[in-house]
Order: sequence, then C-alpha cells, then structure tokens
Amino acid sequence: MLYPDTVQRDPLVHKPKFIALTIFLSMLVFAAINLNGTIIGELMRPVIGEPSESGLFGRLSTGLVLGILFAVNIVLIGFLRFRWQVLVVWLELLALFLSFFYSFDLNFEFIRSKLWFMITQGVFTTLYVSAISIVLASIVAIFGAVAKLSSNGFAFAMASFYTSFFRGLPLLMQIYLIYLGLPQLGYVIDAVPAGILALTLCYGAYMTEIFRAGIQSIPKGQWEASRALGVQFGLTMRRVILPQSMPVIIPPTGNQFIAMLKDSSLISVIGVWELMFIARTAGAKEFKHMEMLITAALIYWILSICLELVQTRIERHFRTQSH
Amino acid sequence: MSDPIITMRGVNKWYGKYHALRDVNFSVKQGERIVICGPSGSGKSTLIRTLNWLEAHQEGTITIDDIELHPKMRKIDQVRMEVGMVFQHFNLFPHMSVLENLMFAPIWVRGLSEPEAREIAMTYLERVHIPEHAEKYPGQLSGGQQQRVAIARALCMNPKVMLFDEPTSALDPEMVSEVLDVMTELARDGMTMVCVTHEMGFAKAVADRVIFMDAGEIIEEADPHNFFDAPQNERTKAFLGQILQH
Ligand SMILES: Nc1ncnc2c1ncn2[C@@H]1O[C@H](COP(=O)(O)OP(=O)(O)O)[C@@H](O)[C@H]1O
Ligand SMILES: [Mg+2]
Repeated sequence: MLYPDTVQRDPLVHKPKFIALTIFLSMLVFAAINLNGTIIGELMRPVIGEPSESGLFGRLSTGLVLGILFAVNIVLIGFLRFRWQVLVVWLELLALFLSFFYSFDLNFEFIRSKLWFMITQGVFTTLYVSAISIVLASIVAIFGAVAKLSSNGFAFAMASFYTSFFRGLPLLMQIYLIYLGLPQLGYVIDAVPAGILALTLCYGAYMTEIFRAGIQSIPKGQWEASRALGVQFGLTMRRVILPQSMPVIIPPTGNQFIAMLKDSSLISVIGVWELMFIARTAGAKEFKHMEMLITAALIYWILSICLELVQTRIERHFRTQSH
Repeated sequence: MSDPIITMRGVNKWYGKYHALRDVNFSVKQGERIVICGPSGSGKSTLIRTLNWLEAHQEGTITIDDIELHPKMRKIDQVRMEVGMVFQHFNLFPHMSVLENLMFAPIWVRGLSEPEAREIAMTYLERVHIPEHAEKYPGQLSGGQQQRVAIARALCMNPKVMLFDEPTSALDPEMVSEVLDVMTELARDGMTMVCVTHEMGFAKAVADRVIFMDAGEIIEEADPHNFFDAPQNERTKAFLGQILQH
C-alpha cells in the first residue's frame, strides 16, 4: 500500500466531473474500435438501424451506450469494500478474456481429448525440468556469489566471465549451443539434460547476482562475531550468513522460478516433450493451433498463479522467523 | 604471575596510507585486567581487533598464548577459540535463539555434543543473570540483556582472554550498570580481560592497568590510582578533564 491518508474524501470515481470525463473518453475509444459488426451492433439495431450502414452516428451512439455502461460499472464498484472491488474487477476482466477466446469458435471437444495428456506429459515435464534447474541454479549461484565477492582474482574472473556470458546471450541460443555444440566435442547429450543444463547455467548467472546481494546485505559484524568465535569461513557462510540472507534471496528467487517456468517453453525447440512442445505438435497435427495455444497459455497462467501463492507464503514465513 | 599471555612488540598497522597503530608495545599477564581509553579515532578498536586478528597488522609481532599471529598462520581459528570478544553492537545472531547463539560455537568448533553444549550455555546464562530468556530471540531482548548474552556466548568457548570493545557505549544509560556488574564479577573470578571503555568507575574498581591511546600510539600506561590522580602526559590530562566533566 502507498501511504494511506487518514482524511476520508469522496472516492475519485464518484465525482461528477470524473464520471462525465470517463463517459466521454470511453465513448471515443469504443467508437474508434467500432463494435457495430458484432453482436453489440445487433442489439443497437432499434436505435441505429442497419449496423453496417449506420456510419459515424451509429459508432458514436454505440460508443455512448457502452461508455455509460462502463462508467456505471466503475461507480457501482466504487461503493464496495476494497476486497470486493478487487474480486469483482478480476472476475470482469477474466470474463472479458474468456469471451475473447470464446469468439475464436474453439473446438472444446478437441481440447478435452488432449487436456489429460497435456497435463500428465507436458505440465509434468515442465515442472520437473524447472524444479531441477532452479535447485541446480541456486547451487551454481552460491558458488558464483562467493567467487564474485572473493579477493582471489582467478575466482572473480571466472565468475564474472560466466555471468557476463550467460546473461549476455539469448537463452534460445544457449540451448542450441549446448544441444548442438557439446556433441561436436564428442559428448552426446540428450534433450532433457541439455535443456536442464541450459536453464541452470542461464538462471544460475542471474541468481548469482541475487545471492551476492543477499550475502552483502548481512552486516560485517555477523561475520566478525562468528569468526571471532573460531568458526571457519564455510561454516559461517552456511549457518550464519546464508540463513539470514534467505529473506532477501527467496522473493527474487521465486520470481526467477516463475520466469523459468515460462522460459522452459524454449527447450521445446530441441524436442523436449514439455507443455509447449505438446501444445504445438498436438495442434499442428489437426490444424487446431489456436485451441492448443490457448489451453497451454491458460495452464501456464494457472501454474504461475499457484507459484505466486506459494511464494507469498514462503515470504511470510521468513518475515515472521526473523523478528 | 606467569609469562604474558598477550604480547605486542613494535606493532604498526596501516589502513591503506593511514597509519592506525604506531609502534605499539604492551603485554598482558594471565589474570590481568587492562582498560584502554582514548579519544574517538585514536585506534583503540584497531588495537583490540588485532589481538584476535580481525584486523591484520603489518609490522612487529603479536603473540597470543605462545602462538604468533602472522599472515601464513594456519591456526588462527585456534587462537580465536581462546580469545573471546564482545562488540559494541553485540552482534548476536538474530536468526538463532539465545540458547542457539550460545551453543553454536561449542558444538561446531569445540565439537561438544548438544546436551554438553546446552549445559554449558545454561551455566553461563545463569552467570549473566538471564536464564529465563534462553528460548527467546535476540530481537526480543533489551540492549543490556543482549550484551549480557553476547558476553555469555563468548564465555561458552571457555576462553583464556576476553576482549571488550566499548561494550556499554551503545546502551541506554539505565542498562549500563547491569553489563558492568557482569564484567566486574568476571574480573573478580580471575578472567584475563582487555577492555576498551570510558566507564571510569569500572576502570578504577577493576583495572590493574589503564592504557591511554591517542593517534594510534600508547601515550601513557599506569595503574588506575596513578592514572587518574597523577596523569603525566598533557594529552592524558586534557582527555581526563573532558571525560570527568560529564
Ligand atoms: N576498516 C578501516 N579502513 C580504513 N580506516 C579505518 C578502518 N577502521 C578504522 N579506520 C580508521 O582508523 C582510525 C582508528 O579507528 P578505531 O580503531 O576504530 O578508533 P577508536 O576505536 O579509537 O575510535 C580512525 O581514524 C578510523 O577512521
Ligand atoms: Mg572504537
């Protein structure tokens, strides 16, 4: 929340000026979009006559009706409590999106027939590839961070070269380089390990910076207290510094995991049977691309929402733990 | 008394170009209590932190319990096990309970079992008069209580020497005495102590010797009686004049 003022004023959305402006602007927008070719035009037929021949007058009057509906909606929502406002607006936007998808005239029978396979094969692969990769990337990131904070020139050079390289190249290119490049060196690698390796190295490079910032956020006094007790460097890192940096490290790591979940779709190019790959191949076979793409999109979205919920929980856990 | 447990001979230290310790010589015998004072920035913290090598010196020799501190040494953690340190800002581990703070080093460094470490921890918590807070977290304690936990944490390693760097100067005034009382009891039990502090009452009551530093040098070193009643050096006189006004 921003700073909440204690003085209560009428909400902005209930001021006549604001309402009038909203109606006017949304009328222009709706008129510009021109919805007279759709069902809305049909509904307006009693006023504007044949929708396709109603011209500017028809567009403006349709716009005006929609603009008023929009403004009324905003005003009504303004009366609700915060929680209900959020809920209603979410549901409205969701309904809008779904009706948008619906207008593609999708074949739901086809979706239903593929859905189970998409989940058992696609979602499963996406999840386990991402989970393994994020764990490995965290391990890489710890070493990267320590090396980047080290006074040893060799370690620092290795780590900074690594992060520079893997943050500087498109992930898609890294995937090809690993999958096609390693066999050139005489080491044939399967698609799944190649994908995991690429995601690990790429996200390990990003997360090196996250871990470095987390380690640096702990005051020097913590190191001194631990070292002064005779505790060695590695143990101090593991038991004193890292546990305290977790509240700093976990939230951005959660974001990285969600990002990785979506970026893992890129490894479909080397033939890993994850969600994106399944969606593309299943759709291509029967020329039902839109069905499969929309289904996959919704699944990705739902997965991200679930992960965000988990992430807020973990964040709260760490916040209460470190008084 | 036995051989000195701490000796510094001709010690010089620089932070970059800044000359922080100039030709420091001094030694501490087993069971001695030393108080170091001096104006801010005079190098008191630097001096005390070279004794367990949280800061490295560049010239001269420092010997702790017959082990010389130098850059190639492998045994620094052994020295640190024997030298307890208490910091101005306590530096307790906020993610561990009081008891875990105390048991951490005995378990991981001394290799004690958990029950052994717990027993030692409770013993020392009683000695600093807060056994009832064993399960709390540092953030739930007052400054004075935190500093007493920090003292107990150092004592749990059963050190031969205790170093204190202005242990009461971050505390609210009403909490100073509870910490000084613990330190006084410790001194009475025969602990070897090197203590940076401006608490002159404590120095008079407890110290065997008082050392005055200015600009990285030891200016004057005397027993408390002579130090407070008949200071020799002009800078010492000026400093004491300022301190005692308050
Ligand atoms: N890590 C450091 N890097 C550079 N200069 C330092 C550092 N620590 C202390 N100094 C300088 O050394 C001098 C002595 O500092 P310090 O030993 O902390 O003094 P005191 O504890 O007597 O107030 C000060 O001028 C301080 O600025
Ligand atoms: Mg100081």
